[in-house]
Amino acid sequence: MKHRPTTFLATVLPPAVALIVVLAAIEAWARWTHQPAYLVPRPSTIFLALGPGGSALWNALLWTAVASLAGFAVSTIFGIFAAILLAGSKWVRRAVYPYTLFFQTVPIVAIAPLLVFWMGVGIVPVATCAFVVSVFPVIANTLSGLVSTEPALVDLFRLYGASRFASLWKLRLPAALPNIFTGLRIAAGLAVIGAVVAEFLVGTLGEHEGLGVRIVENTKYAYPDRVFAAVLLASFLGLAMFAAINFIAFFSLRRWHASQ
Amino acid sequence: MSERLLKRFDRTDRARNEQHVTPKAHFSMKDHALGLTMLPMLQKPSHHRESGLGVRIEGVRRQFENGVVALDGIDLNVASGEFLAILGPSGCGKSTLLRLIAGLDKPQGGNVFTMEASHGRADRHGLGTRADIAYVFQDAHLLPWRNVLANVALPLELMGIERKVREESALRAIEQVGLGDAADRYPNQLSGGMRMRASLARALVTEPRLLLMDEPFAALDEITRQRLDDQLRALWAALNMTVIFVTHSTIEAAFLAQRAIVLSSRPARIVEDYTLNLPAERTGSIRSSPAFARETRVLYQALERNEV
Repeated sequence: MKHRPTTFLATVLPPAVALIVVLAAIEAWARWTHQPAYLVPRPSTIFLALGPGGSALWNALLWTAVASLAGFAVSTIFGIFAAILLAGSKWVRRAVYPYTLFFQTVPIVAIAPLLVFWMGVGIVPVATCAFVVSVFPVIANTLSGLVSTEPALVDLFRLYGASRFASLWKLRLPAALPNIFTGLRIAAGLAVIGAVVAEFLVGTLGEHEGLGVRIVENTKYAYPDRVFAAVLLASFLGLAMFAAINFIAFFSLRRWHASQ
Repeated sequence: MSERLLKRFDRTDRARNEQHVTPKAHFSMKDHALGLTMLPMLQKPSHHRESGLGVRIEGVRRQFENGVVALDGIDLNVASGEFLAILGPSGCGKSTLLRLIAGLDKPQGGNVFTMEASHGRADRHGLGTRADIAYVFQDAHLLPWRNVLANVALPLELMGIERKVREESALRAIEQVGLGDAADRYPNQLSGGMRMRASLARALVTEPRLLLMDEPFAALDEITRQRLDDQLRALWAALNMTVIFVTHSTIEAAFLAQRAIVLSSRPARIVEDYTLNLPAERTGSIRSSPAFARETRVLYQALERNEV
């Protein structure tokens, strides 16, 4: 079989056509069967909600993006450092690693209000929520990459008297890079979800109101088109972060890793 | 460190000067065809510091955590500058022995010494500069995110040698193994044979006095393997180092080594210690000679006797 490079058009066109077909079908069905607009928003009105007059939503996107990115950035830094510490000693790993699982299992909906008690209102508890939800995949994937370095290469570094730092910086971290990116991809989507959930619960109390706040508010006042528009924006935010990670991963791995 | 650097420079300069005076070791046209270039570094150094390291092993025993005894009562002397092949059944502890010699593993009993040829003084591991010893693994084990040049320069980089010097040395080592035009390629752009050459260059870059090789060419096809064997033999003749070479292949052992030992299955003991009766000057053509067939058979029979 001949391998042909996939063109941009071949990648983008099929899903775009599929999307348009599905949206047109929903639009047509809702109009012809006279579905009430407060129950089934037409795709066209959802798009219009993002147009002129939708500045509140775009503004909300900005604050959700800031909180998600802040939480994600802290997850990245903290997660990688934590994994380095855990990988450094078998005993630390045995003692502490089980507890990192709490990040994965904690019911974020329950602790989000507590975060406000501790941190006050505003963007800080929202970003913290994004961090708590997204840090575990970074720790787990980085750790699994750091502890599975090729033993022969570890021997090689020992043979030439490499310091612990040199082994980490020149061997174990670069070797773990594909795993780290896997963790970051998962974390990117989770950070947005964490931020929106936090805004649902605490966002209205602050001055920077994110998408979660708009979703709650527009549900209450029965503007399903605005709710859908906000959900759409949140999804796109997650996608954009995911794509950014992929972009960075491509440029740092393409020379040597089979995944790219 | 600076002392070492000076030595490296000094060595190269001296080799360059000698080029005009001393006739070098003989290389056949075949060696040229194989990509061996006549570089200053291929001059046989005469200074005693540069002679191969000898190895003395006394009653070494190594038992793993799971209770398996890999080696027991191993006594072995490897002379300075010798080419020794280690043969033995799979999983008999050949690699363990090599790791002990490299200082990558510790024996539970007995001693492993590396020795200076000139004064015969035995040094315990860890006293000499570690780069005296180089190790080539069964697979090339290059860092996939570095190109050939950066991979070959790695040992010098870890030893803290400055970039310019280490890259010059790395380029020389790359030329030596015939990879001159692939220095900026990445491992996944190389064939298996080229990767192994790069791995060999990485081992040679510190100008080791003891080269340990653990079935390095076992995964390569027959022709590539023979070429690398030819080249290794020529490099050994030129670079004045001790080589300990683990292999499954009696043909490879007979071609490369001056002496071969055969290990039994676990726990490994030395059951045969054989000095090969072949001319010192060996090129690819020796493989078809009757004497070579005879020596290969001797090794094969020794291996077979102990493979039960």
